[in-house]
Amino acid sequence: MTAPAIVATDVTRTYELDGLSVPALRGVSLTVAAGDYVAIVGASGSGKSTLMHLLGGLDRPTGGTLLIGGQDVSRLSPTEMAHLRNTTIGFVFQSFHLLSRTTAQDNVGLPLVYRGAGRRERRARAAAMLDRVGLAHRMTHRPNQMSGGEQQRVAIARALVTGPSVLLADEPTGNLDSTTGQAVLALLESLNADGVAVVLVTHDREVAARAHRQIVMRDGLIA
Amino acid sequence: MRLAEAWRVALEALRANRLRSLLTMLGVVIGVAAVVALVGIGTGTKQQIEQQVEGLGSNLLIVVPGRLEAGAAPTSSPLTLDDVDAVSRIVGDPSRVAVTISSGETVRAGRNTGFASMQGVLETTPDVFVRRLDRGTYLTRTDVSTGRRVAVLGAGLAGTLFGERDPIGRQITIGGVRFRVIGTFEQLGQSLGVDRDGEVHVPVTAAQRLLGTERIDGLAIRAPDRERIGALSSAVVAALADRHPDTDFSAVTQEQILGVLGDILGVLTGVLAAIAGISLLVGGVGVSNIMLVSVRERTREIGLRKAVGARPRDIGVQFLLEAVLLTTTGGVLGMLLGGSAAILVDRLSPVPAALTWWSMALAFGVSAVVGIVFGVVPAQRAGRLDPVVALRTE
Repeated sequence: MTAPAIVATDVTRTYELDGLSVPALRGVSLTVAAGDYVAIVGASGSGKSTLMHLLGGLDRPTGGTLLIGGQDVSRLSPTEMAHLRNTTIGFVFQSFHLLSRTTAQDNVGLPLVYRGAGRRERRARAAAMLDRVGLAHRMTHRPNQMSGGEQQRVAIARALVTGPSVLLADEPTGNLDSTTGQAVLALLESLNADGVAVVLVTHDREVAARAHRQIVMRDGLIA
Repeated sequence: MRLAEAWRVALEALRANRLRSLLTMLGVVIGVAAVVALVGIGTGTKQQIEQQVEGLGSNLLIVVPGRLEAGAAPTSSPLTLDDVDAVSRIVGDPSRVAVTISSGETVRAGRNTGFASMQGVLETTPDVFVRRLDRGTYLTRTDVSTGRRVAVLGAGLAGTLFGERDPIGRQITIGGVRFRVIGTFEQLGQSLGVDRDGEVHVPVTAAQRLLGTERIDGLAIRAPDRERIGALSSAVVAALADRHPDTDFSAVTQEQILGVLGDILGVLTGVLAAIAGISLLVGGVGVSNIMLVSVRERTREIGLRKAVGARPRDIGVQFLLEAVLLTTTGGVLGMLLGGSAAILVDRLSPVPAALTWWSMALAFGVSAVVGIVFGVVPAQRAGRLDPVVALRTE
C-alpha cells in the first residue's frame, strides 16, 4: 500500500487576536490516503477552512504533528513549504483565483514558473492539461472571456499541472450554477479515478455525499 | 523562478498601469535629467576656464606682491622696472619676462568713446602670454625704451572706436593723451569673467608716465620647462624679498590657479548635483509609495502565487524588479532629457555645457540604486505576506 498523502495527528491551530487566544482547531486527527476522496463538511466557523489551509501547507499547526507527503511541516522553512505546495498540492478555490490579464494557457502554466520551467515547456504542459479538462479550444482566452465553469476548469488544470498527489478544493462549486457545478464535480471525480487524492471542503450536503467518506467539523473538532 | 520570467512579469505589471507607471517614472526622469544637465553645465564651465587659463601660455609663473591667502590685505606694489631687470638676470633671458601695470581709462577716437583696461607692458608680452595679432604690429623694444605713445587695441575696443574701418595708423586718446594705433588683437572673448577684447596695450614706460608712477603691478615669467618652475619661483621670490624687505611676494603657477579654480568649480558642481539629487530622492519616495500601493492592490495575486509554490524570495524579487525597472527606465529617459537640455544650453546660450560619460553612468547607476533602496521595503512586505490572509483579501 502506498504511503498516505497527508497525516494529521491531534493538530491544533490557535489564532492570537489582540492578545486573545482564539482556538480554531482543537485537536484534529485525520489521514488522507493516496487516491482518497474525502469531503470536509461543517458550518462556517467550524474550522473547516483552517483545516484546509493546514492540509495544503499554507499555514502551520500550533500543536500536534502534520505530515504532508511524508514531511513534518513544523520543521520546514517558508521556502521549503513553498516547494512542498508546488510539488504535492494542487489548490482549487471557490473564486477561481485566475490572473485576469493572463491567458488560460499561461494561468495553467503559472505553478511551473516556480520550478524554473522555461516558457516552451510550460506552454506545452499547460496545453496538455487544458486538453485534459476539455478546454483545448480556450487556450488563448483570458478569464473574462470565459464562463464560470470554464474558469473553474482552468483553475483545476492549473492545480493539476505540477502532478500533485492531493487536490484541495475549497467550495469548488460555490460560485457555479448546479449544472456547471455537476460538471466540475464530475471532472474532479474522473481525476480521482486516475489516482489523485481529492479533498473537498463544502457546506453542501449533496456535494459531500458524492465523496467516498465525509468528515464533519464542529467547533474545531471532528464530530 | 527564472530571472527572465521575473523581468517579464515586472514589465507586464507596469504595462497594466501605464499612466501610473509613467507618472511615477516622471519623478525619477526629472531628478536624473537635473543631475545630468547641471553636472554638464558645471563640467563645461570648468573645461572652458581650464582652456582659458592654459591659453595664457604654458609654464607660466606669475609674481605679485602680497600674500595669496584668504583674508590677506591688498598690498601696494613696490616693484619697478629695475626689479624686472634683476629678475631677467635670474631667468637668464629677458624675452621670457613680461610686466603689467593696468588701469581703467577712457579711450576716444573722433566722436567715439570707450572704456578700456589699459595695460602697460613690455614688447615681450606676446611671447610670454599667448596673444595673436589680427592686423598691424605689436610694440617693439624701442617703443618701450623710448616710451613712444603707440597702442595695440583689443578686438572689441577696435570695433567700438572704429567700427568696420581699419584702425591702423589712426589717432586715439587714452586718459586724454594722444596715442597712435599700430595693431589690433584677434578676438579672445571672455576669460575668467573679464572681457579681454576690451584691453589696450601700450609701452609700460608710456603708461607709467600717463599714471605718474615708477611702479608696476606685477610680472610674469615663462619658464623654459616645467621642471624648472619650482626653482625659478623660489629664486625670483627670494631676490625680490631681498630688494624689498618690507613686502611679501607670491608666485603662482598656472597649475596652482587651475587647482584653486578647479576646487571651487568642483564644489559648485557638487552642490548643484546634490540639489538635483534631492529631486531624485523625492522621485524615489514616489516609487516606494506606488510600490506599496501596488503590493496592496495585488495581495490576492501574491496569495495565489504563493499557494502554487512561489517562495518569499520569488515574490520579493518580482516587486523589486518592478521598482528597478521603473527607476532605470526613468533613468534612461532622464539621461536623454538632461543630455539634450545640456546640449541645447551649450548651443543656444553663452553658458557652456559638456556631457561626460561618467555623469551619465552615475545618473543611471544612482537611478538603479534608488529603485533597489526604495523598492526593497515594499518587496519585503510582499514576500512576507501570509498566503492565507492574502488569499482571503477582497
